[in-house]
Amino acid sequence: MSDGALFHRDRNWQPKGLTPDYKTSVVRSPQRALLSMNTTLSEETGPVFGHDILGPLDNDLILNFAQPGEMAIGQRTIVHGRVLDENGRGVPGALLEFWQANAGGRYRHKKEGYLAPLDPNFGGCGRTITDDQGGYRLRTVKPGAYPWPNGVNDWRPAHIHFSVFGPSFGQRLITQMYFEGDPLIWTCPIVATITDTAAVEQLIAPLDMNNTVPMDARAYKFDIVLRGRRSTLFENRMEGN
Amino acid sequence: MQKLDHLKESPSQTAGPYVHIGCVPNFAGVSGVYDSDLGSPMVQDGVKGERISVSGTVFDGTGTPLRDALIEIWQADANGIYAAGDPRGAGDPNFTGWGRTAGDSATGLWSFETIRPGAVPFPDGRMMSAHISFWIVARGINIGLQTRMYFPDDPTLESDPWLTRIEHQNRVQTLIAKQTGPHRFQFDIHLQGANETIFFDV
Ligand SMILES: [Fe+3]
Repeated sequence: MSDGALFHRDRNWQPKGLTPDYKTSVVRSPQRALLSMNTTLSEETGPVFGHDILGPLDNDLILNFAQPGEMAIGQRTIVHGRVLDENGRGVPGALLEFWQANAGGRYRHKKEGYLAPLDPNFGGCGRTITDDQGGYRLRTVKPGAYPWPNGVNDWRPAHIHFSVFGPSFGQRLITQMYFEGDPLIWTCPIVATITDTAAVEQLIAPLDMNNTVPMDARAYKFDIVLRGRRSTLFENRMEGN
Repeated sequence: MQKLDHLKESPSQTAGPYVHIGCVPNFAGVSGVYDSDLGSPMVQDGVKGERISVSGTVFDGTGTPLRDALIEIWQADANGIYAAGDPRGAGDPNFTGWGRTAGDSATGLWSFETIRPGAVPFPDGRMMSAHISFWIVARGINIGLQTRMYFPDDPTLESDPWLTRIEHQNRVQTLIAKQTGPHRFQFDIHLQGANETIFFDV
């Protein structure tokens, strides 16, 4: 049984709100302390997404925006892994949504000003729902690094954004996946909002040659961990409240 | 000594300026990948309860509206039952309980068409005043912000087991929506400043 309160977030492992080297955080971070509360039904429940919302190409960014017979340009890449909770259990039925720049580092967005070209066959979004073991996979092209207005010469390492929806609204999480060996990871002010190196390492996906498809696509493994739940056995609360 | 075998939660990273590509792609202009964006509508014909609209603006510390935020809400149905995961039974089949929207790209104004939720129990069995849970992400927000909206005409607010735990009672008003018309509520969120909204570590 694990149907009690969510484990409390480790706010020293997670990034703080105010991180001045990431300049936009200065006016967008609460200045007063967050108010700590134990979770209630409002945080322990959450919406369920069925596989019926998914189209056949939703997790294939090479094809899901491409014209018939065309493909997105770039290094063909598989990302696979599991969504787990802090108890180490696979989280089935989790909705994963992902978005990224194209192979040249350009997003398909009206506010995007980078001079790298759009790829007419690449939209940049995808989604999937984890299987009964918490597993998932997607296919894409490796995103390019891109410059962004923060310092005068700040570049984001190649990354894929992930939005994760487990069974509890209190587990809601958005994060980013980085690629093994990218030197830009260690120069990025957004990565550096995470101060614990071991926590940064948790967002770096290793190259996975065993799951690489020969002559086709390289694979990277990226597991995602959501908050765990206590067992009601250990909680001083009434059943069925 | 044995090791605890708990894993660590994946660290959060900002949703960034392009969260809309991933979460509301049709709104962002990336059309043709999904039929529609998730999170709307929340209600279908036959839904039980009072239909309401909740709207607002998220302001930064300079008083400037955030025009790139993504807002999600989660709430109980009119009987106080959550649509999924609720041990007390099944919720209203005509209500999703979950909404997602982006602020208007010019003004930052966001809104949800929903229903007024019923009260739900606190872990000790007392009832909590009816509320809507909010989760806010945007560029510059490193980890999603969690807060709650309550209703101004609710006679139970003074004894609510969650609100009464707040030390600075003069800040509780930041969690209470304004009624702006019949079935219409406004809930502005201030990330900083004298009216900084209470955000929860929950
Ligand atoms: Fe990005």
